[in-house]
Amino acid sequence: MGDDMLDNNAGRIVGVNGNIITAEFDTHVTQNEVAYIVVGEERLKGEVIRVRGKRVDIQTFEDTVGLKVGDKIEFTDELLSVELGPGLLTMVYDGLQNPLNELAEKSGFFLKRGFYLPALNYERKWEFTPSAAKGDSLKAGDAVGCVPEGIFTHRIMVPFSLKGSWKVVEVAAAGEYKIDDIVAKIADEKGGTADVKMVQTWPVKIPITAYKEKLLPEDQLITQQRIIDTFFPVATGGTFCVPGPFGAGKTVLQHALSQHAEADIVIIAACGERAGEVVEILREFPHLPDPRTGKTLMDRSIIICNTSSMPVAAREASVYTAVTLAEYYRQMGLNCLLLADSTSRWAQALREMSGRLEEIPGEEAFPAYLESLIAGFYERAGLVKLNDGTTGSVTIGGTVSPAGGNFEEPVTQGTLKVVGAFHGLSRDRSNARRFPAIHPLDSWSHYRSIVEPEKIGVARQLLIRGNEINQMMKVVGEEGTHTDDYMIYQKSEFLDYVYLQQNTFDDIDGATSKERQIRMFDKVLAVLESKFKVESKDDARKYMQELRQMFIDWNYSKMDSDEFNALEKKIDAKIAEKL
Amino acid sequence: MRKVYHRILQIAGNVITVEADNVGYNDLAEVTSSRGTSLAQVIRLQDAIVSLQVFAGSRGVSTGDEVRFLGHPMRVSSSPNLLGRVFTGSGEPRDGRPSIVDDLVEIAGPSVNPSKRIIPRNMIRTGIPMIDVFNSLVESQKLPIFSVAGEPYNQLLARIAMQAEVDIIIFGGMGLKYDDYLFFKNTLDEQGALSRSVMFVHTASDPVVECLLVPDMALAVAEAYALDDKRVLVLLTDMSNFADAMKEIAITMEQIPSNRGYPGDLYSKLAARYEKAVDFDSAGSITILAVTTMPGDDVTHPIPDNTGYITEGQFYLRNGRIEPFGSLSRLKQQVNDKTREDHRIIMDTMIRLYADFKETLEKQSMGFQMSSWDDKLLAYGKKFEAQMMDLSVNIPLEEALDAGWKILAECFDRTETGIKTDLLDKFWPK
Ligand SMILES: Nc1ncnc2c1ncn2[C@@H]1O[C@H](COP(=O)(O)OP(=O)(O)OP(=O)(O)O)[C@@H](O)[C@H]1O
Ligand SMILES: [Mg+2]
Repeated sequence: MGDDMLDNNAGRIVGVNGNIITAEFDTHVTQNEVAYIVVGEERLKGEVIRVRGKRVDIQTFEDTVGLKVGDKIEFTDELLSVELGPGLLTMVYDGLQNPLNELAEKSGFFLKRGFYLPALNYERKWEFTPSAAKGDSLKAGDAVGCVPEGIFTHRIMVPFSLKGSWKVVEVAAAGEYKIDDIVAKIADEKGGTADVKMVQTWPVKIPITAYKEKLLPEDQLITQQRIIDTFFPVATGGTFCVPGPFGAGKTVLQHALSQHAEADIVIIAACGERAGEVVEILREFPHLPDPRTGKTLMDRSIIICNTSSMPVAAREASVYTAVTLAEYYRQMGLNCLLLADSTSRWAQALREMSGRLEEIPGEEAFPAYLESLIAGFYERAGLVKLNDGTTGSVTIGGTVSPAGGNFEEPVTQGTLKVVGAFHGLSRDRSNARRFPAIHPLDSWSHYRSIVEPEKIGVARQLLIRGNEINQMMKVVGEEGTHTDDYMIYQKSEFLDYVYLQQNTFDDIDGATSKERQIRMFDKVLAVLESKFKVESKDDARKYMQELRQMFIDWNYSKMDSDEFNALEKKIDAKIAEKL
Repeated sequence: MRKVYHRILQIAGNVITVEADNVGYNDLAEVTSSRGTSLAQVIRLQDAIVSLQVFAGSRGVSTGDEVRFLGHPMRVSSSPNLLGRVFTGSGEPRDGRPSIVDDLVEIAGPSVNPSKRIIPRNMIRTGIPMIDVFNSLVESQKLPIFSVAGEPYNQLLARIAMQAEVDIIIFGGMGLKYDDYLFFKNTLDEQGALSRSVMFVHTASDPVVECLLVPDMALAVAEAYALDDKRVLVLLTDMSNFADAMKEIAITMEQIPSNRGYPGDLYSKLAARYEKAVDFDSAGSITILAVTTMPGDDVTHPIPDNTGYITEGQFYLRNGRIEPFGSLSRLKQQVNDKTREDHRIIMDTMIRLYADFKETLEKQSMGFQMSSWDDKLLAYGKKFEAQMMDLSVNIPLEEALDAGWKILAECFDRTETGIKTDLLDKFWPK
């Protein structure tokens, strides 16, 4: 928190330009340390982002209205950090980890400038069970015990900042403790001692690496979105991006993932986008059941919400806050999914800052170091082997909002270089209401599908051919197209309609389990691979439309229900009809 | 008594600099020249140098003119007495009646805490099928009309405003043609809505930068009323003028442009305004309808592009019709499941088929033989345009849905529509 860290290191404002303050300091400053600007009763948080001689530039996380040359600055000597401990789950934070519900209780409708609250509840008691014993040798990240946090076992770990090996001197007995209570005392070889509390802080811009090694992500993270799991899969511990023009369905897709993805913990970073979209999550998640746990979706979620009208610098911090929380839960052997919407807003925050610092701009005025920042962010994803041999993961999926919907721009390009899967949304598909509007020909994934590659190959080939034929038909017309080709085109449309497209807003169609996808895909493949005897193009179109109708009904029926089985029989009969 | 400064160091574009102390960032000042007194706002502090943007423009300002700092940022009255009144972009009465200075609030106030927002839930009915059926407008939505010069966007804006059931209308005009100003004023008057309206009007003949204040003034007043439990509709036309004024200031301040000369913070600046749209938990709401004219009819131009990324959809007005493609209400799914069971399926199916019609039209124009399916689509497209898209159609939602089924049944067989069988059984005209 830094409030009690006043080490007399002060300074004064000498310039204000938007949210960038230039100040003169008295003794010393540290790059990226937190500074407070003192205006009357208010203390506004900021971060040192450049030091030049006796002057520093500070980006403030607040509106700078009314600040004057000569106003006092207090430097804290601490990097921008988050609090880590039990009680993070279900919380809704701003980009600096201020709890929004608690802020609302205290300050009402508006986000009052300079009003901050602790991220965690320091009064609440947790049921601690020790797991380490006196004399045990531990390293940073090793557990001394645990507390139950909802359905999860929350490990209480040796602070990540401690280096080397530590011996347990004392562990608290099982019982109820507050997060600030000392639950263990440890000592290193040189006689240094440290306390282990349930809460620790960690600077957001530095990755937590208290694990043994990084592993190659191989297992799928099932999202229950057919086009993703089957065609452009995401791996547990992998990365993916979703670029698309406005209104193409990035946010709707992320919301679908946040509900249906089979991760333990979901962290949603609403970064510089609409407040209204977060409200939907805030209001609905506490009531939506999580079929995998029987609890609500909120119980496995943390929401970081720095929407577009909230201070820009805090937007820049928000993605780091989010990924740090994800890394924290990864240290407990959990699989965390971080969804960031939109990484372009984060990049724009960087651009605004860079512009005010009058740095030499790169393409589209983004800072020249943009790519390395993007890479550094996605690098924080990963499947890791922890010190105790178990694994945990952070999967990162970010949306990208390219200017003019054109993917040839710095943020999209910088992201494509580093991610493992690309779900490119297409304006044509969203205009035609073909949702999710992931382009089936342009998108790619380096990860393994739930379906055998040969089968995927058949389907992809058909999509490519179907597209070619469609293009050709635009030139030579339907009449100039051979019926066999026409049938291929019809089949590719069929695949699109019944498998690639999915109705997000339907309870059943909106989430397709792995088993159902595998079963369904085989059925679809049976259609694609059949040589149907059709008399004419009209006949072909009509037949395929009827098949499509049956599959759509099938998609909307509950798996293994009577209706489901009956429809499957009907489909089989229909397929046999023209063989 | 506040200090008066008499030495202006630099005048460039509409920005002046003076040497002064004890000045707050974004504070206001009055610049008095031979042309009169204009408000100015502090936009940069650097050591003792203060840069100000002069709302009336710097033309005629001389180095010896007087600058007096007011010691506070821009404020506007939020009193109920504003109703029925017309003000300039900087809040001066435009209607010859006295100024109002009670209940002053600072403009461009802080964001609403997202946890104090609720999910929008009330549909605003407009009688326009392209809106009600296909892109329902929702209370607290922020939505621009994308259009080009010459299209009747102001008429459309006024029509929606008049049909919407709201308590208060706040009008913000930026770079408005005088005729358009009169049109809005007369429309409000004729429909008896003037007494529950407040107008902030900046016309094309007013100094360009003065329009920068209009959205903030309008929204600050709207916010005060909404907190007082009112359902407020804010009309902003034309936001492109607002963005262009920002660009002008940014260039003067030698900011590095990001895209076609527009400043890198265009997104944040627009978002700060549009995000004022809100449905408060236990208070009123603000709905924002805006006009964004697209330079060169290019939706990838930075103004419409950034706007589209901020707002909750957009209505494309082209050739006097609301285009089904590109038009979008992102909040429609909050309400269109509570209207009638067939609302969504009519919406999806009719648009999909209209897209197919467009393709067929293309084929036809290239001289290809039309299949029987193409013929069906052609017939469908004609009916759709006449009975749904034409802006003269003014019918309630339910009637429009019935008309939709009728058109489908006149043009297609049941299975050709791709509609789930149970809905077909229920709604397909016998
Ligand atoms: N899977 C879907 N099913 C049905 N409709 C969808 C789907 N995805 C998106 N839409 C429609 O498109 C609209 C826009 O989607 P969304 O808000 O996800 O776009 P976006 O790409 O996030 O846009 P922006 O970049 O402006 O935030 C939604 O409000 C909805 O009407
Ligand atoms: Mg979005």
